[in-house]
Amino acid sequence: MDDIQLIDKKGKRKDSRGPEDLRPIKIEAGVLDNADGSAYIEWGKNKIIVGVYGPREMHQKHLQRPDKAIVQVSYSMASFSVDERKKPGQGRREHEISKIIAEALERSIISDQYPRTSIDVYIEVLEASAGTRCAGVTAASVAIADAGIPMIGMVASCAAGKINGQVVLDLDKLEDNIGDADLPVGYIPKTEEVVLLQMDGHFTPEEFDKAFVLARGACIQIQELQKEALVKKYSQEPEENGTDDNGENKDDMAEGGVLQ
Amino acid sequence: MTSQETTSNERVFVLPGDILGDDSFRSGSGTYSKDGSIHASQAGILNINRDFINVMPISSKYNPKFGDSVIGMIIDHGPSSWMVDIGCPYTAMMHTNDVQWNVKFGETGKYLKPGDAILSRVSNVNEVKKIQITMKDHGLRKLENGILVKIPQPKVPRIIGKGGSMISMLKQKTQTKMFVGQNGMVWIEGENENMQAVSQAIQIIIDRAHVSGLTEYVEKYLDNQDISSQDIGNTGD
Repeated sequence: MDDIQLIDKKGKRKDSRGPEDLRPIKIEAGVLDNADGSAYIEWGKNKIIVGVYGPREMHQKHLQRPDKAIVQVSYSMASFSVDERKKPGQGRREHEISKIIAEALERSIISDQYPRTSIDVYIEVLEASAGTRCAGVTAASVAIADAGIPMIGMVASCAAGKINGQVVLDLDKLEDNIGDADLPVGYIPKTEEVVLLQMDGHFTPEEFDKAFVLARGACIQIQELQKEALVKKYSQEPEENGTDDNGENKDDMAEGGVLQ
Repeated sequence: MTSQETTSNERVFVLPGDILGDDSFRSGSGTYSKDGSIHASQAGILNINRDFINVMPISSKYNPKFGDSVIGMIIDHGPSSWMVDIGCPYTAMMHTNDVQWNVKFGETGKYLKPGDAILSRVSNVNEVKKIQITMKDHGLRKLENGILVKIPQPKVPRIIGKGGSMISMLKQKTQTKMFVGQNGMVWIEGENENMQAVSQAIQIIIDRAHVSGLTEYVEKYLDNQDISSQDIGNTGD
């Protein structure tokens, strides 16, 4: 297996990317009508849709927190998302990913404004091709912003890895399967906070540092795509230079209930 | 003052985490302050009002405040209280003391049943967001006729318009009774076709919320609608 050349002498990978190149990423915000917020992401061959519901009252009383909202994430892969049919349902892997994503997103959300509620995030992987947890976090954060939930900043996520002894960015499926290591990083560029960090395989300390810096740099790049997606959604609404009705202030709201 | 002028003339779209100003300003709604500067916490339109920086969110759930007039839907009743959905993350409670009728213990269902709509006012919101509403105030009542239209809460000021210009225009043009709850529920009562016209006009207002001269546009739309609806009425019905 180790003989397979994933990266050639010129530094080109199987899909003709350079070692520090991302796969093409496309993010779209607000794709679901019935969710409070939603996003769709295409990351290489990954296709993931995310719906956010809430904040809504937490009905399981033992789970609710009197001081803040809790974040519940359900990550699941469609049975047709991989080559060999995947048995549907939540397994060990899904539980783990749901948990780490919930913890990553929780760091970004200002949750004390909504005590006793839950924010439910559903991440559905329609097509998987390595790096779904990173793509899932990235899209979930856009969906949460789309739902109007207050947050410190959006979470962006990307992985770096090692193939044929060389540190590269954003492993694809083949590289992930037979590569030497994988390092998903979740990062809030705003606060320079790392909210997700896992490692699979072996890095030397030097390689780890290199991979981490590479992935973190990519997160900053991905954040721009997240912002573009949100700006795009709200610039679709017809707009001209609003001066007339736009001089909105609190006084108008106060007059809200003018009875007939 | 200069900042006030610039923001009223151009819409600045901001995203969570964007820096909006330094600590000479004060953090308003949709923002948080950290490390001596004000940041946006929601995606929305920047609004600087004197020394307050606000973000008008593009989408957000209704956050009940004391004194808000809201339209609620009864979802359940206990022996001495009703549970009311007011379109926010929490279910509101209304005690039998807070209604105009003298309700005997256990007879709440005789007055308001699940599915009934009421005009009410938020009478208390506590620190864990237990919400109480009341119907004991001038003009508050059960809504017997008419239709309810749900709109996104951030668009409520659009429906009302500057100084109530939009809503009074709608009422006058269509000869309907209207009430806009702060929670994004709109109640309309009138002739069937007029209620239809208003709900279509409301849809236009939501879709074109950021356009200038919206009141005139909707007014023109309703004027044309009168003619066309008559035409349809003659042939269709």
